[in-house]
Amino acid sequence: MPYDEALERFEPVLGLETHVELGTESKMFCGCPTTFGAPPNTHVCPVCLALPGSLPVANAKAIESTIRIGLALNCSIAEWCRFARKNYFYPDMPKNYQISQYDEPLCTDGYLDVQVEGKTVRVEIERVHLEEDTGKSTHVGGATGRIQGADYSIVDYNRAGIPLVEIVTKPVEGTDRLAPEVARAYVTELREVLRSLGVSDVRMEEGSLRCDVNVSLMPRGSSEWGTRTETKNVNSLRSVERAVRGEIERQAAILADGGRIIQETRHFHEDTGATTSGRSKEEAQDYRYFPEPDLVPIAPDPAWVAQLKAELPELPSVRRARLQAEWGVSDLDMAAMHNAGAIELVEATVEAGAPAADARKWWMGELARRANESGTALADLPIRPGDVAKVTELVASGALNDKLARQVLEGVLAGEGTPEDVVEKRGLRIVNDEGELSAIIDQVLASNADAADKVRSGKVAAVGALVGGVMKASRGKADAGRARELILEKLGVQG
Amino acid sequence: MSLTRKTAAELGELIASREVSAEQVAQAHLDRIAEVDGKVTAFLHVDAERALAQARAVDERIAKGERLGPLAGVPIAHKDVFTTADMPTTAGSKILEGWRPPYDATVTRRLREAGLVILGKTNLDEFAMGSSTENSAYGPSHNPWDLTRIPGGSSGGSSAAVAAYEAPLSTGTDTGGSIRQPAAVTGIVGMKPTYGGSSRYGLIAFASSLDTPGPFARNVLDAALLQEAFSGHDQLDSTSIDAPVPPVVEAARQADVAGLRIGVVKEFAGDGYQPGVLARFNETVELLESLGAKVVEVSCPTFAYALPAYYLIAPSECSSNLARFDAMRYGLRVGDDGTRSAEEVMALTRAAGFGPEVKRRIMLGTYALSSGYYDAYYGQAQKVRTLISRDFEAAYHQVDVLISPTTPTTAFPIGERADDPMAMYLADLCTIPSNLAGNAAISVPCGLADEDGLPVGLQIMAPVLGDDRCYRVGAAVEKALNDRWGGPLLSQAPAL
Repeated sequence: MPYDEALERFEPVLGLETHVELGTESKMFCGCPTTFGAPPNTHVCPVCLALPGSLPVANAKAIESTIRIGLALNCSIAEWCRFARKNYFYPDMPKNYQISQYDEPLCTDGYLDVQVEGKTVRVEIERVHLEEDTGKSTHVGGATGRIQGADYSIVDYNRAGIPLVEIVTKPVEGTDRLAPEVARAYVTELREVLRSLGVSDVRMEEGSLRCDVNVSLMPRGSSEWGTRTETKNVNSLRSVERAVRGEIERQAAILADGGRIIQETRHFHEDTGATTSGRSKEEAQDYRYFPEPDLVPIAPDPAWVAQLKAELPELPSVRRARLQAEWGVSDLDMAAMHNAGAIELVEATVEAGAPAADARKWWMGELARRANESGTALADLPIRPGDVAKVTELVASGALNDKLARQVLEGVLAGEGTPEDVVEKRGLRIVNDEGELSAIIDQVLASNADAADKVRSGKVAAVGALVGGVMKASRGKADAGRARELILEKLGVQG
Repeated sequence: MSLTRKTAAELGELIASREVSAEQVAQAHLDRIAEVDGKVTAFLHVDAERALAQARAVDERIAKGERLGPLAGVPIAHKDVFTTADMPTTAGSKILEGWRPPYDATVTRRLREAGLVILGKTNLDEFAMGSSTENSAYGPSHNPWDLTRIPGGSSGGSSAAVAAYEAPLSTGTDTGGSIRQPAAVTGIVGMKPTYGGSSRYGLIAFASSLDTPGPFARNVLDAALLQEAFSGHDQLDSTSIDAPVPPVVEAARQADVAGLRIGVVKEFAGDGYQPGVLARFNETVELLESLGAKVVEVSCPTFAYALPAYYLIAPSECSSNLARFDAMRYGLRVGDDGTRSAEEVMALTRAAGFGPEVKRRIMLGTYALSSGYYDAYYGQAQKVRTLISRDFEAAYHQVDVLISPTTPTTAFPIGERADDPMAMYLADLCTIPSNLAGNAAISVPCGLADEDGLPVGLQIMAPVLGDDRCYRVGAAVEKALNDRWGGPLLSQAPAL
């Protein structure tokens, strides 16, 4: 069903579960390294392979990071809580139980405010808890790449035991047609918060940030939530938005036909944007949770938690508000910069000495246009904020005008070196040698006698054409203001 | 006197003073094993060459003038539930047959560091689940007092080895009585230290919140020396206590009870207790009074619920702990013929690899943890556990230690209770409360029952980290009774 029609008939309720691999040096319960991309099964030991007799020891740094995430998301921090075992058999989980947290999470009841179309939406956080990642299975043969129908499967336990933080929102109601945008904005903002805390490299494509999207629909006018589905394998911000939109459309079509939604896990397909059915959750799996007896309870000292809170870095939303005030830009401009990923770039350019207005003008104008053309992210353009600052400095000093500056930027992007290098190599400096300029003007006056006469006879406005001629003859390098003055002087007219 | 009849402390001194070599001592015990273990079957694995090499290494260090610990060069039998990098480790189960761990348990490592010579690995009930060793996948061990009877369990191989003079010392693990009950029925000393006092790292888990490594010996001082050798905080076990080891050796040497307040647990008597067991226990109570202790009766009403609570908590934890035996990474693999799924191979392997008692407990525990039953079973059992701890706390306000018979009966015949799990579980009636509370408790011999002439154990219980009290009282009882008997009880055992 088309999205607009779906929204006329139904109201979506969202829920987001985000898994974040923490960037600790060692795994959650043993000393193995956590670095990505090592040869399979080389970052393993008796503990993370669950050899008989081995025991877990909790990683203090991971607990600290989880508490910091909770604090940044305005959560309450438990004064006493325990790990729990989640029991189920699967070959990529060495112990056949996952050490997680169940009814005693480290952090509860927080929120994250996100901006969507100029409005603030408060996404409430249900819980933030700490657990361990599983190994990685690869199913070889078969049509689906899943375990069913595979010829054989291989398992890499390097990932088994990497600390994983799960952040679960409360159901998000009232987003209306903006549900997909809210979902995306939430994950975007969450990612920035996590990045600012320095707790994870938050790379969705490498799986260090993974998002499950829960969607249900209720008919307009109803207040009873519908059956929800959980969509996994959503590996980019754009996919978050597409997955929500797609699931709203799919569910609406089923409901409109009088069908019912099956509570299930669905898999998102990046190529088609569609989801396909996975494991049914109708018969809820019994994980037989119980408190992990191999680990002692976590009882963070309130004074330590208070200290962690005091030492939190400036959070992205606070920082944006501060920068907006410092730069004196409108909400809309700020939102545009945020969406374009330009805030850090502008900030760094300002730090390198450029006026905020100029920094913003170049990043959101010429450079945004070029990023768009080449289909790359602004931050991935091969130009540094320092280069942009240098260009604004050259313009301010009169050495460049905007047209030349654009050529300098083009040169830097093309790999021709620093802005100075490009100016030098391409000979782009404004002509402010009076003799050279004077000679160009003489030429132009000689070949535009009509216009010169008009100016002499008092039609000063005609000087524009002559200045244009000078700019053309100098291939844009002349200082237009000085050229105008000299022309009028030569023609004996007061400016 | 034969080297195998000496105490561990004596052997340690003889070796340190170079009156005998560690190699001679090891050889004497290996000879004894060769002579009697065909009847006792205490060992699952004996590595004579490696033992002799370890002994020679100790001799060399002593020859160089190194000062080693009091047990350097003393042989030990090691329960086959601790991982050993140089020997197979089976936990008494087919599912781990042939498995060679790549690492040593912390207890194993500390035995080696103390210079103890590991003779081999001893038999046990599969995954330490049982009270007789009849649940071992490799057949039962036999009680040296009467080879037709059980040596206790689960650490029955370890108790039998020490009682049969195959080793002066052995290790055990105690989850519900698996050290104290075998010690009691074989006439030796067995100690369950405070939970967390000795590391569980490398101990193949049965029930994580209860499992406790501890020592067996033929006398109280030897047990204390061994406990001291392998105890203490371990960073690899989060539940290990970061506190000094209680002064157990000093307490074992002190061996007096003058002025101590001793509580007799009222609930541990009556139906199901063998008269000969109660008779020896009551005599020991009188003995303690005559030695200057103040004995009072103490009531711990919740102890009546200890057994049912234990049989919910221990199986629940075991159902999860044993999930890792799935044929994917190590151990037995059944049905992997290229046509079956991983799930089928897991199921076939577990069906073939686990014995009936292990399966029974996995199923009990799985049920007790199930959604909808958790609160009624596991949750309720944890509440009972808290109440039992409170009963202990209240009792320890009145007295310094509590005493009881270690077991309601003496060693029963092999086969008698094998098909009756409830009867088997009753063997641990008196020992389980200390596990649930995490307290220390020891069993020392206190005589032979009149009916069958078999050993009876006295259990001495103390609060968390009160291990030294167990040794102090145990040593006093031992001293007085040995004087009365003209030697250790074990010297009355028939020759093998």
